[in-house]
Amino acid sequence: MNKKYLYEICSILIIFSAISIFGVQSDATNNSSKYVDECIKCHMENEMMPEHFSQTDVHWQKGLSCAGCHGGLSNEPDEEKSMSKSNGFVGVPNKKEIPEFCGKCHSDISKMQLYQPRITTDQVSQYYVSKHGKQLKVGDLNVATCTDCHTTHEILPASDTRSTVYPINVPNTCNACHGDSKLMEKYNMKANQVEEYSQSVHGIALLKNLDVGAPACNDCHGNHGAIPPGVESISHVCGSCHVNNMNYFNNSVMAQPFSDNGINSCEQCHDYHLIEKPNDEMLNVHESSTCTDCHSSSDEGYLSSEFMYNKIKDLSFLYDSTKVISEEVHIMGMNNIEIEYSLKKIKQSLIQSRTIIHTFDTAQVFAKADEGILASTNALILADNEIEEYFNRRLGYGITTFIFILLAAALYWKIKGLKS
Amino acid sequence: MKNKNITKIENWLDERFDLSPIRNLISHKKVPVHGHSIWYYMGGISLFLFMIQVFTGLLLLMYYIPGEDNAYESVQFIITKVDFGWLIRNLHSWAANLMVFFVFLHMFSVFFTNAFRKPRELTWVTGFVLLLLSMGFGFSGYLLPWNELAFFATKIGTDIVGVVPYFGDSLKIILRGGEDVTGATLSRFFGIHVAILPAIFTTLLAIHLIFVQRQGMSEPEEFEKLSEKEKKYIPFFPNFVLQDALLWIIVLIILLGLTVFFPWELGLKADALASAPIGIKPEWFFMFMFETLKLLPAHILFLEGELVGIFGFAVVGIIWMFIPFIKLSKKKELNSKIIRWVGLFSLIYIIVFTIIGYL
Repeated sequence: MNKKYLYEICSILIIFSAISIFGVQSDATNNSSKYVDECIKCHMENEMMPEHFSQTDVHWQKGLSCAGCHGGLSNEPDEEKSMSKSNGFVGVPNKKEIPEFCGKCHSDISKMQLYQPRITTDQVSQYYVSKHGKQLKVGDLNVATCTDCHTTHEILPASDTRSTVYPINVPNTCNACHGDSKLMEKYNMKANQVEEYSQSVHGIALLKNLDVGAPACNDCHGNHGAIPPGVESISHVCGSCHVNNMNYFNNSVMAQPFSDNGINSCEQCHDYHLIEKPNDEMLNVHESSTCTDCHSSSDEGYLSSEFMYNKIKDLSFLYDSTKVISEEVHIMGMNNIEIEYSLKKIKQSLIQSRTIIHTFDTAQVFAKADEGILASTNALILADNEIEEYFNRRLGYGITTFIFILLAAALYWKIKGLKS
Repeated sequence: MKNKNITKIENWLDERFDLSPIRNLISHKKVPVHGHSIWYYMGGISLFLFMIQVFTGLLLLMYYIPGEDNAYESVQFIITKVDFGWLIRNLHSWAANLMVFFVFLHMFSVFFTNAFRKPRELTWVTGFVLLLLSMGFGFSGYLLPWNELAFFATKIGTDIVGVVPYFGDSLKIILRGGEDVTGATLSRFFGIHVAILPAIFTTLLAIHLIFVQRQGMSEPEEFEKLSEKEKKYIPFFPNFVLQDALLWIIVLIILLGLTVFFPWELGLKADALASAPIGIKPEWFFMFMFETLKLLPAHILFLEGELVGIFGFAVVGIIWMFIPFIKLSKKKELNSKIIRWVGLFSLIYIIVFTIIGYL
């Protein structure tokens, strides 16, 4: 009986030992079969890594090896085998092949959705309808392809501030080619777009104030389908942000004549790359005005421009005056809460009036500006009341103090009388 | 004719309620005259300011609406639309601060003239509790306009309570009416400010005044040592009362001047989602404690610095409250000398740390 138990215990021990040893061996086997990227290993050892290779590259970060793009076998130490065409090695693509080379994955939703479920996969098809893509197709190798904008081996997501396609870096990326006067000369293009853009209201907002909401080159020209906006599309490009201005203009009396005469709607007054911050002087009838480019003193447009300018200027002056007086009231320690509310109304009215100018309808501009003028009149009355109240309070305090001092003096004499 | 009418009313009252104790008190109560007599008026000024607080507080109650959505707007309405609303609100705010200031002054004057000694120990204790309640009024009232500064100052103030071990968190939740400073905190503070504190304060104030009337004015030790001939007194009524009234008029002129020339700002409405503005400060009478807690290191031995600070202030507060009962030396003179030095140190500490807090 005892022997039987002894055999059973020994058997269990042997089984456990076998399992343990097997387990250790299988772990060791796993370790030994750990993946080694032979491409990286060999290229590093021989100091043949691609120029500008960075481990921050988005593909590298996601675990894609060299073979992921260039083909071949990345786990094969034998150079002959790993870089053989029979094993799918394609090597370095020529410039014309690059869009398709990247498109192997980027045009394949089944591959791309593994990384980003909502990623678009139309970059290559968009590229081929762009000016760049069209030129490449006809064999022009000067044009930009994927790698010219995104780099080759240090590609970062557009959301990364270090990326060449991060909004703030986009103008410089485009400028690498579009700032090259020799290159641009071949296409009969100017090479000062980015220089002009950087002085524009958009450029200052993006490059100086680092406001990534401001448009960079790609926001107007498109990303992969980059194309210069035409006469018809210009208001759509600007109108994608400036919606009200676009709608007002398109419904205005000016829309048709502009279109008929081939005049670019927004660009005619605001320019394109060198878009200055709009100011009221643009509406003036002096030389600085954009209206006088087409209108002369004898026509109706000239008069409308003058009327609207004067109205807007009046409102703007009233806004500044109300602001100053509101501050004065506040410094006096009086209540300027309602004046501040009115000030917001005036500002709103001023902004809206300036926008409604795009209707070129004097009546509409006047109606909106009058709302602000009324608010300003009310605010100035309030401010006057507060200033009057300020002096009344002091006068009231003076009278009260005088009465109290009389009372105190009477008390003092009474106390003195009591003491004596 | 007038005197006849007053006598008639007096007799009518006398028949129904024996006025002789009050008549005796008025006719017999005397106030000593000496070099420190000025300090006798501090309590009266504090009382006058409290009366202003009650009066202006009741008027504010007519328009003030507690609640996250209405508090700020109702105060704004009071100061912009209600006739003399600005005056009432400013008077309430300024008188609150002056009241705490004069209560402090009253306490230290009593302390340094040694007026808390037997038999006035309980007058001292009730007086000290009244000071704490005044500070409580200040803390709870600060939040009621529901503006940005008050909101964040209350957040910090109630956070400090949470540091107390064991029951700190529960106490914080009770004070706030939840985990955070919200509309529930405002309702709670409103209740505390207009119901709970006034009830306790008025009761204690009555007790405090009864003690003062029963015991009469304290005489300084140097005055006590004088011969009866050398001692000078003035009758409480009408001399002292009239002098009190004269000072009240002067304080009222100053108070009105402050309200007219330095109106209390309402600031921006509290926004729980906004980041805390720069320069959040507690009210000036909490500044010395706030500054101490700020300057303490994060850890003192194995304890949190803040906890040590709170514990320290609690201990000092309790000792201060029971100072008339503390005997550090058998020699009476040495005992009062030590206590006086402690008081002087406390006063300097409060002044210096308050100034540092505003630098």
